[in-house]
Amino acid sequence: MKHQEDKPAQIGESLKRADGFGKVTGTEKYAADLYPDNLVIGGVVRSPYPHARIRAIEFSSAAQVSGVIAVITHEHISGTNRVGLPERDQPILADDKVRYIGDPVVLVLAENKQVLREAMSLVQVEYEILPPVFDSDSALQEGAPVLHEGRDGGNLLFQADIKKGDIETGFSESAFILEETFYTPYQEHAYLETEVGVGRLTEDGILEITVSTQTPFRDGREVADALGFPQEKVRVIAPYLGGAFGGKDGITVQGLLGIGALYSGGRPVKIYTSREESFISSTKRHPAKVTIKMGCLPDGTLHALYCSLLFDTGAYAGLGTPVLIHGMNHASGVYRITHTEITGKAVYTNNPVSSAFRAFGIPQVIFGLEQVVDMLAQKAGIDPLTFRMMNAVHKGDYNGLGIFMSQSTGISSCLATLADHPLWKERDSWIESAPPFRKRGVGIAANSSGMGYGPVIPDTAGAKIEILPDGRFRIYGGIVDMGQGNSSTSIHIASSILMQPPDRFELIQPDTHRCLPSGSASASRTTYTFGNALITAAEELKVRIFKKAGELYPHFNTDTLTLEPDRVLHTPDNSCVPLQEILLRMSESERTVTSTWTAPTNNQTFDIPGMVRILGFPNLIYSYAAHLARVEVNELTGQVTIDSYLACTDAGNIINPQVFEQQVQGAIAQGIGYALYEDFIVREGQVITKNFSTYILPTSLDIPDIISHAVSGYEETGPFGLKGMGELGVATPLPCIANAIANCTGCRLHQSPLTPERILTAVKERRC
Amino acid sequence: MLITCTINGKRITLDVPSDRRVVDILREDFGLTGTKEACGAGECGSCTILVNGESKLSCLMVAAQLDGADIITIEGFSPDELHPIQEAFIEQGAIQCGFCTPGMVLAAADLLRRIPHPSREEIRAGISGNLCRCTGYQKIVDAIASVRLKQDNHE
Repeated sequence: MKHQEDKPAQIGESLKRADGFGKVTGTEKYAADLYPDNLVIGGVVRSPYPHARIRAIEFSSAAQVSGVIAVITHEHISGTNRVGLPERDQPILADDKVRYIGDPVVLVLAENKQVLREAMSLVQVEYEILPPVFDSDSALQEGAPVLHEGRDGGNLLFQADIKKGDIETGFSESAFILEETFYTPYQEHAYLETEVGVGRLTEDGILEITVSTQTPFRDGREVADALGFPQEKVRVIAPYLGGAFGGKDGITVQGLLGIGALYSGGRPVKIYTSREESFISSTKRHPAKVTIKMGCLPDGTLHALYCSLLFDTGAYAGLGTPVLIHGMNHASGVYRITHTEITGKAVYTNNPVSSAFRAFGIPQVIFGLEQVVDMLAQKAGIDPLTFRMMNAVHKGDYNGLGIFMSQSTGISSCLATLADHPLWKERDSWIESAPPFRKRGVGIAANSSGMGYGPVIPDTAGAKIEILPDGRFRIYGGIVDMGQGNSSTSIHIASSILMQPPDRFELIQPDTHRCLPSGSASASRTTYTFGNALITAAEELKVRIFKKAGELYPHFNTDTLTLEPDRVLHTPDNSCVPLQEILLRMSESERTVTSTWTAPTNNQTFDIPGMVRILGFPNLIYSYAAHLARVEVNELTGQVTIDSYLACTDAGNIINPQVFEQQVQGAIAQGIGYALYEDFIVREGQVITKNFSTYILPTSLDIPDIISHAVSGYEETGPFGLKGMGELGVATPLPCIANAIANCTGCRLHQSPLTPERILTAVKERRC
Repeated sequence: MLITCTINGKRITLDVPSDRRVVDILREDFGLTGTKEACGAGECGSCTILVNGESKLSCLMVAAQLDGADIITIEGFSPDELHPIQEAFIEQGAIQCGFCTPGMVLAAADLLRRIPHPSREEIRAGISGNLCRCTGYQKIVDAIASVRLKQDNHE
């Protein structure tokens, strides 16, 4: 169903995105597009060593170059010079040590790029090279080089266990048991807009940072502390982002822009990160080693699961701890399992920093888990779909980790939809009709995605709507739109409640001095949390409009008024008045409505370390997916072609089907890239894949048309029944395709991406 | 170096270093920031412009190559009203973060100029030099295919 022009938007119909016009005409201004007058260009001198102590920084010759505005080191920074959440361990500019190749050491400000390049080449940093450590296992050995001296726990960033029942008993009672270990590499976010922004110190002393970020409110606090600048005087503005996917969940260039602006003589400072610099210095998805041991009873009932996770977080914590916890949170997949033990570790190394990436630790875990589920099904003599349906959680169950599924739980509907689809039902005839030298296979995988910040950190958003002098409505968005379309959905929601066509609404993108704090654009929370706040605000505005109508027209009974496009209708006598007339008579204070909403939490008690709860375990609400891939493997080259891909999704009730499909298709494309092509290579701390010629993203020739089905569902706490699902689709393709490859070659792959070389080697060695 | 060219229909004389990148001239000197830079190495297509009607990568072009050329950027592609390709991108939901969009639209324009009635496979091949990290390409292909359908209906 498509939206009709001049009508209010309806929930469940496809509404054209409000950001389409500016983006398709090239007029939308991203942070990258800002070139204010009198601009100063900033460039960062970075560490060439993975681990070294800084002995001295010599920059006098750089500072003397004509056109250099300032050369800035850690000595210019008067605050803590540390950013990061929850662990503030990352300097804006390195002070005592550098810990990875790419660590920022010196910031140079110059009139133009030529001067900048020359001055940067003249900066000399004297290093004392320290022994580095590049893999998680070695970093945990006694005597390993320590990255953060004096830190409790040494290189072990975080460790936790989640236990349920008794796995010894569980395995001893199991009829079939498998144990396998899996490895996944880095994934680079590869957002097209690299880390970029403009900072300036305004005449009234405000440090204003316009930047490509998912976390404006958090950035403001962190920059203030790190620079020793009053928090209320730091203003962060986030225009539309050119992609993020978790890679801008926290500080990238914000601190550098802040310190640059304090030393630029009041001139605006721009920092633009080149693609190579971005690949070297930005955060990634954690490389991981995951061991899964799983057992089931003779009838196929899953009975025991042991899962260990080892995540390499690199030189700084980033969001390594919450990412690990979220991975652990999903380690039992979509299943009921009686006895479980999940043990996770995140470890510092002298590698690039790993942090947030769409689906926070789930892809690494699900790669192994969903393959072992397939293998166990085979051992038990049950087809993989039936096996999953037998063991899937339902509403009212406890899942494998003991989390009570109190909310909408639609994985069975997803699996049932998949079971009914011709791609599944007619799989045998398709496999049999493979052309010469081709083998065909069909794989499935299931997944869930927990939403929001978890039980402790308030998952809160504040919405604000204002009536403008021309009678239009302005929505102040608190949560960044990195491309997912949430700000457009805000118009969709407000339009449907206030019954005015979408073009009567305008949006303000997040700005810490104009919008209400609403948290990060992450955790699939954006539309869920902000949408709920906005519904309350729009409903309140509606009440005020009716109240004002009642005041102006005493014969109107406010209980019998309804809103229609451009008018208020008094239903008893079908009389109406122009909406404009009422809006413009509302007082200043009546015209602005704000509302703050906090998401409900899962308050179950678990015997787990407090930090596991604080950083997100357990969630209350989970979205679900069941995917199917039909793949063809070229027996001569090992090349994999995805013939068809089916996604069945439970994301509650869908507000805008087109935006929903965008998230499904886009996430799966990123998941296919992770499964087949994207191999971010780091050797001895050095990034080898520094560009799009060596780090291969899927192109339009690599992603098939996705067949997408939303199963009907309704999340009672969601805005119009919606659940967040921005992250859901990205984790499932890797195990789904691995299962399809195993189905056609008979071989299991334990390391991703699933490259032709790995497939041919596995087939040759019959590593099955 | 003195260079004379046409940018979005305006005849312009520039005095710039001959090796200055075209993407920088457009963005920094003319404020035509619809032309995006995402790789700087000719690998992603975000900086696509039309040069004498053909799609080219402005990050790989230098000023000297502009002399005598007719340049169209996204801002000058259809200045008075949305082009059917742009309308189709909005209508079909082919835009998410939008950073690839201007380049994608111009690549599509070049494709439709060369192949007025492309199949889905031809569309996929035609835009395969333009990376998109958000959409999975499906709705972009839908959008370009719908332009073809509109033309058919018109005929």
